Order: sequence, then C-alpha cells, then structure tokens
Amino acid sequence: MRDALVITKRQLLQLLRVPEVLIFSTIQPVMFVLLFRYVFGGAINTPGVDYVQLLMPGIFVQTVAFTVASTALGLAEDMQKGLIDRFRSLPITRSAVVVGRTLGDATLNVVVLIVMALTGLLVGWRPSSSLVEIFAGFLFLLIFGYAMSWMGVLVGLSVRDSRVANSAVFLFVFPMTFLSNAFAPTTGMPRPLQYVAEWNPVSTMVAGVRDLFGLEPMFGATANSFPSQNPLMMSLIYMGLLMAIFIPLSVRKYKNVTPK
Amino acid sequence: MSASIIAEDLVKTYGAHREVRALDGLSLTVHEGTVLSLLGPNGSGKTTTVRILATLLRPDSGKAHVAGIDVVKNPQQVREIIGLSGQYAAVDETLTGWDNLIMFGRLYHLSSRGAKARAEELLEKFSLTDAAKRPIKTYSGGMRRRLDLAASLIVKPKVLFLDEPTTGLDPRGRQEMWEVINELVKGGVTLLLTTQYLEEADQLADEIVVIDHGHVIAQGTADSLKREVGGERLELSVPFENLAEARGIVERLTNSVATHDPQMHKISVAAPGGTSTLVEALRQFDAVGIQPLDIALKRPSLDDVFLALTGHVAEEKEEEVSGQSKRGKR
Ligand SMILES: Nc1ncnc2c1ncn2[C@@H]1O[C@H](COP(=O)(O)OP(=O)(O)OP(=O)(O)O)[C@@H](O)[C@H]1O
Ligand SMILES: [Mg+2]
Repeated sequence: MRDALVITKRQLLQLLRVPEVLIFSTIQPVMFVLLFRYVFGGAINTPGVDYVQLLMPGIFVQTVAFTVASTALGLAEDMQKGLIDRFRSLPITRSAVVVGRTLGDATLNVVVLIVMALTGLLVGWRPSSSLVEIFAGFLFLLIFGYAMSWMGVLVGLSVRDSRVANSAVFLFVFPMTFLSNAFAPTTGMPRPLQYVAEWNPVSTMVAGVRDLFGLEPMFGATANSFPSQNPLMMSLIYMGLLMAIFIPLSVRKYKNVTPK
Repeated sequence: MSASIIAEDLVKTYGAHREVRALDGLSLTVHEGTVLSLLGPNGSGKTTTVRILATLLRPDSGKAHVAGIDVVKNPQQVREIIGLSGQYAAVDETLTGWDNLIMFGRLYHLSSRGAKARAEELLEKFSLTDAAKRPIKTYSGGMRRRLDLAASLIVKPKVLFLDEPTTGLDPRGRQEMWEVINELVKGGVTLLLTTQYLEEADQLADEIVVIDHGHVIAQGTADSLKREVGGERLELSVPFENLAEARGIVERLTNSVATHDPQMHKISVAAPGGTSTLVEALRQFDAVGIQPLDIALKRPSLDDVFLALTGHVAEEKEEEVSGQSKRGKR
C-alpha cells in the first residue's frame, strides 16, 4: 500500500508540474455543463422539473465514467515510455503501480467533481436533499469512477499505445453515456434501445444519483423493470461486478505485460 | 571467483504461433565483480536476454540464476539486488530529475530522509545537480541516460543490467558514460551490458559474448576475439598513379597481401603493428614522394566480427525470417 501511494503521489506531482493537464481535464466537463444547460437544454422538454437539475447528475456520471479513459491513457503512456518495465524490476508489491494509478485518478475526480458542482451552482443547480444524501451521491460517483478506472487499467495495459487507448475507450464510453437517461429521456428512443438504456449502468447511476439529490429518479425509466425500480442497488451491483472482474484481470495482466 | 549470473539454455519465442525465436538456447556465465558484454546486431536477442534475467519476462524453457537466486521461481528476491537500465531511458518525463530519484528511492523503501540524501549523492556523482529541478523533458539524451542509470543505482545493486547504455549518444556523451560505468565497476558491481559496438565492449568488458539469432556464436576477451577477426587494418587511398607503388610498400611492411578497391583507389591491409605500421608507412611514402589522400587505422567493427565469425553480414530485423532458415545450415 505504501508503494501504491508513492505512485499516486507521483501522479499528483505530475499535475503540479504540468498544471495544463488539470486545467483541461476540468474545462471539458465544465464546458459540457454550459453547452447542455444553454444550448440543448432549451430543446429538451422536461415537464415539472428544471432541466439543469436533471442534467447535473447526468454530467457527473458521464465525467466519472470517462475515468476509464484517463486511466487507460496514463498506463499506456507509462508502458510506451518503458516506465512499467522499470517499475516491474523493482522489489515492490505487484499491484502497487495499478492501485496507485487508480487512486490517483480517483483523487483527480474529486477535484473535477468539486469544480463541476461549483459551476452547476452558478448556473442554477440546486440539489434539494439533505447534506448527508448529497454527500452520499458524490461518494457514489467516486466509487463508480473508481470501478471504471479498473477497466481502464486492463485496456491501457492491453493496447500499450496511448493513441489506441484513447480512441478505443472513446468508441465505447461515448455511446455508453449517450445511450442512457443522462441527457434526454429514454422514452424518445426506439423500443429495443430503451431496454439497453434502462439496463445501462450509466442510467442506473444517473437515476440513483438523482434520487440522492432529491429528484424523482423516474426520468427516463421506461418500465417497471428492476433497474428502474432499484437504481441504487443495481448500480452497486454493477460496481461490484466491474471491480470483481477487472481488478484480478488487471493485476494479472500487469504481472505478465510486455511492451510492444 | 564465483558465478553471479548464470543462464542455461534459455529459449524464448514470440508471436501467436511462436514463430519468432528470439532466444534459441542461449547460455552464459558472468563471474562476480566482472563485466560481461553481450554483443550483437539488431534483433539478435540482447534485450530479451536482459529482460529474462531482470525478471521482466519468463523464458519458455531454460534456467537462469542471479546471485544464486532462480529468476523464475523467486523473482521478487532477485529484484531486491539488481539494478536495470533499459534500452530506452525509462524515467518520468514530466517530473524533474530530483522528483524521479525521490520516487524511485521511496519505491526501494528508503525513508524520506534516506531518499533525499541518496538523490543528492547520485545527482552529484552524475553531474546532474544543476539540472535537478528541471523536468526530464528538457534534458539532453546523455543527461537522460545518466539519470536513468542513477535511478537503477539507488540501492547499490549487486548485479547491474545495462541495455545499450550508449546507443544514441554523441561521442562525448559516450565517453562520459564509459567513465561512469568504469567507476561503478571499480566499486565491485557485477555488470552485464549489451552493445552493438565492439569498441564499447572492448573498453568496458572483461569478457565478450557475441550473439546472433538468439544464441552464442563466439565468446572470449576483446583481444581473443580481435585476433580471431584479424585485428586492425591500415586503410589508405592514394592518387591513381601511385597506387601500385603504395601497395608494394604496405605489403612489404606488413608482410601480407593487400586488397584494393579500384573505384575508390583504396588499399586495405591487415596491420598487426598498429600505429607503428602507420608511422612507418607514412615515412616511406614521404621518402618516395607519395602523398596519400587519406590514411587511417581501422579497428575491426562489429560487421567485421560478424563477417569473420558467421560468414554473413549482420542482418537487419526485416530479414529476420530468412535469417532463421539460414541458421539451420550453419
Ligand atoms: N514483444 C515482442 N513481440 C514479438 N517479437 C518480439 C518482441 N520483442 C522482441 N521480438 C523479436 O525478438 C527478436 C529479438 O529481439 P530483442 O529485442 O531481444 O533484440 P535486440 O538484440 O535487443 O535488438 P536491438 O539491438 O534492436 O535492441 C527480434 O526478432 C524481435 O523482433
Ligand atoms: Mg534491444
């Protein structure tokens, strides 16, 4: 664990040395908030509730879902530069490098979520639940991001090339976040897609977080299915599954990885 | 003198169908406190060998021990006592030299204080103190390489692996690196170093192992290998009208037959006498009024060693596959 924290510290130090990375990784979600709030928001009809209240949880979830990209990118870069090789020749715990990386990305998420929440407050976002619930909502987001991060570990170590890692992840995460209830009600989608959207972990997360922020979680839930009835529980199951699958696979991959 | 690194019959294949035989029964021994240089052209299996010995890669078959520890069975114990500096400097480019050394120090489980003290010491030793607070991105190739080496020396390893430590450096950078390495060797470390340059092996190594296509094709001291190859050659070019006369002079001088390349007006002859042969040749040319356009002593290059040892020129990677089939006939 101490070894992992050294790796995390290194990643945070990188952010200090090249602050542009941190700036751009927060500007992007902030831009999304503004775009959706003022550009698409007017066109999306949400009777009875302000669009920005529904939007913010959606954008939070989208942002943490993309942790898979930053983790994959970071590891692929370390791989390309031979750093992973060097770490593997050191007498440290085998999981230290990947655990450290995921913790670093989680820390970055904390910063990004705070900046986004402040932006949200500026443009009219007002969660109506108790402070404890709001806090629980953010905790939920962080854990989801952490689970996605482990998927990124496997991708990054497998593709071993930062450009490939980037496009591979985007190809997968973009549809995943849009094929959900995050930005618009799923009721407008063709029937088969509605089912996909309903079971999509992004949707259950969005519904769950909306719930914790004091909104009706229904937005988008099309049927009385299990995920739409129990979004929080379903999200927990998804997070558990993600970690149960990707943590062992990633650690094993790390042990045997060879650079290109 | 006991053996510090032993590799026995290492085989490593790559590819889905194991079609690339990177190591094909490679064996070598490095004695404690000595330097062994693994000499070979691109794609001959140098990096693969180093990676196996440094526990980064498992061999398909064969055995390897470092300081008596099995690298496959007890890799973690091996990692405690080795230092590795890979073929390409592997340091965090966005961080400063100082940050990097502290990070690696902490990963080697030094205390915060200890890591700082060691970082200072190493930066000083590798003349990087002035650049310590600059990001590695701003370092020259030579500085980067030195920092990379420094990072592998944090806990004073018993056994050190350096994969092509001077490739890509200019002559001065190379010279500096050689000095640093010689210094280390005096400190008693056991060193396995790979290189593509016979000259480098010559400078640094007690023993040289020449590999090609993943197995050993020759081994010995620099002198014994050079003797095998034929030692230094005197090469000169003279104006056309002096060609025959000049050739006669150098042949008499060295007592051997010269080769000559008519297009370049170039004469080449084995010169075991080295510089004294060169001086004598110049004196005699002067006496008869020949002014050579160019004259130089040439040390045998890796190409010459290869030509002499294998009868073929060192092959490029692209020709690997055809090289594989040729090997069978040797
Ligand atoms: N990860 C890999 N996948 C497939 N083939 C590989 C891999 N790594 C090395 N090879 C092949 O194995 C052979 C030996 O490679 P190795 O890197 O050990 O050679 P080398 O002597 O270090 O070469 P160089 O001087 O270019 O560094 C080469 O034919 C190379 O193409
Ligand atoms: Mg190599």
